[in-house]
Amino acid sequence: MARIRLEELRHSYLASPAHDADWALKKVDLQWNDGGAYALLGPSGCGKTTLLNIVSGLLRPTAGRIRFGEEDVTDRPADHRNIAQVFQFPVVYDTMSVYDNLAFPLRNRGTPEAQVDARVREIAALLDLGAMLPQRAAGLTADGKQKISLGRGLVRSDVNVIMFDEPLTVIDPHLKWRLRSKLKELHQRIGMTMIYVTHDQTEAMTFAERVVVMHEGAVVQVGTPVELFERPRHTFVGHFIGSPGMNILPCEVDNGVARFAGLPVPTANPAGGAARGSRTEIGVRPEFVRFAERGIPVRVVRVSDAGRHQVVETRHADTVIRVLLDEHDAVPSEHAHLSFDPAFTRLYVDGWLAGDAA
Amino acid sequence: MSAKTVNHRAWWLVLPVVLLVGFNAVVPLMTVVNYSVQETFGNNRFFFEGVKWFDSVVHSARFHDALKRQMLFTAIILAIEIPLGVAVALAMPRKGVWASVCLVLMSMPLLIPWNVVGAMWNIFALPDIGLLGWTLNKLGFDYNYTRQPFAAWATLIAMDVWHWTSLVALLAYAGLSAIPDAYYQAAKIDGASSWAVFRHVQLPKMKHVLTIAVLLRFMDSFMIYTEPVVLTGGGPGNSTTLLSIDLVKIALGQFDLGPAAAMSLIYFLIILLLSWMFYRVITLDEEQ
Repeated sequence: MARIRLEELRHSYLASPAHDADWALKKVDLQWNDGGAYALLGPSGCGKTTLLNIVSGLLRPTAGRIRFGEEDVTDRPADHRNIAQVFQFPVVYDTMSVYDNLAFPLRNRGTPEAQVDARVREIAALLDLGAMLPQRAAGLTADGKQKISLGRGLVRSDVNVIMFDEPLTVIDPHLKWRLRSKLKELHQRIGMTMIYVTHDQTEAMTFAERVVVMHEGAVVQVGTPVELFERPRHTFVGHFIGSPGMNILPCEVDNGVARFAGLPVPTANPAGGAARGSRTEIGVRPEFVRFAERGIPVRVVRVSDAGRHQVVETRHADTVIRVLLDEHDAVPSEHAHLSFDPAFTRLYVDGWLAGDAA
Repeated sequence: MSAKTVNHRAWWLVLPVVLLVGFNAVVPLMTVVNYSVQETFGNNRFFFEGVKWFDSVVHSARFHDALKRQMLFTAIILAIEIPLGVAVALAMPRKGVWASVCLVLMSMPLLIPWNVVGAMWNIFALPDIGLLGWTLNKLGFDYNYTRQPFAAWATLIAMDVWHWTSLVALLAYAGLSAIPDAYYQAAKIDGASSWAVFRHVQLPKMKHVLTIAVLLRFMDSFMIYTEPVVLTGGGPGNSTTLLSIDLVKIALGQFDLGPAAAMSLIYFLIILLLSWMFYRVITLDEEQ
């Protein structure tokens, strides 16, 4: 086990990438500490699976290095990296029993049979697969098969990191929760580094200690779930994380003060640094918007019930501003005013948090 | 199962097929059944003979010999074509221009009519002017398929392998193409050797198409007629007289309708039985 470092990693699927858009990964620098639980979060096509395959050794990056501890493993193939990967669709060897599936990686490496047996039984017990060992793997349910894929990774004692590529995609909703808690429990018990790729923010936020948010081949923010929620470094993070996402309002900056709808809007970060001609926006989450006596005049357009909350969609001119209220809060009819909580209202310049040392 | 709406009028849609199959398969088969239990001396006069013809076919040494030759032929071509077809499919490129080129080239032998294949090989293998026969003799092999039973068999098998291995290869290729990349990636991470990948990933995933390939090749080779007739005419002597060739000799050469009909039915039942056995053996594993 070791710390994993990605240094100036770039990757393109094209032979000679010319434009910015040709790069599936644009210069990624990341560090994953030993024993951490990480999530790679981003929409489809943001490069997260590419990044994962580079770490596992299934892809060779166009540029940059990967280090496990001090060792440079960039040129090592997947079977020499001591990593384990669980794929989106469960991969099991259909013709083998559950036992043989779990024993497969060990037998391939010439482990003595007595050791194989001990290890397989230990891992099967850990994953609650003990009773199914003699069964044929093909007959298991999707979550059982995913556990086998995971088990084939865990069974090797020298594994550096276990990677999950959207592992819950084909699992029934009521089992997703169970398998996810199992993963979390496993992480606490065996303390192995785990990297979990997903486009589902709930999965990422509940599984990981730190979440890496990716967008168009680049890492936009790395942080704890709370940091991502309270202090998004980029409007994409604000919008992508949260349900509903952050309100992004185009604004002007005048004398170091952000103005929306002609009214000054106090922000948590200083607005002074915004250069002329750049795109300036105010970001505020629906959780931190309140109806008030005075403030930004809006029209209430729609109220949707989200269980314990209600989402109120309001409009100022063409700009939609969403407000999150508790289920019993009164919603003003038609015309109202909004105020933002200054501690959680931020100014973004060209998408990035203003005044933030990147 | 909850109550389903059953619409019996749908049966009318099956009627055209039933009629078609009835007129071109069931009725002719029944005439064969009819012949098989009767004797005729011409003039369209028939006498009932019971199971006499069946009895004589089952006990005829000639039938036994033809059946043995047939079994041997089918066993040899299956033993060559199935592994060879799989090997070819494994060697074919997965994507790109060359994949298409290979697919087109592979399908060519399948498009050539049986009698043309027979004629091509007949000329190709002639010892004096055929490219293959001439070359073999120049290389010092005493090769003459019209005189040596072994040479005739070798040529016959080479011809069938040339004609039909493509079918197995194409089916196996289709099976291989259906394997998601994740299986190969997982096997790589698990440290599997290429043999282990073949044994535990590729072969299991090709099982269904290979079942079809084995059945098709079994039935086709067991009924083979045109190619060997054009190539060797069943000779030299009777050495390449397979079941269908023998049947045609009896039915049309000697005009023994009764024995030929009885033989047809026995032949038909053997194919049916063996196909069923093959299918059962291959799919047995799945029902466990």
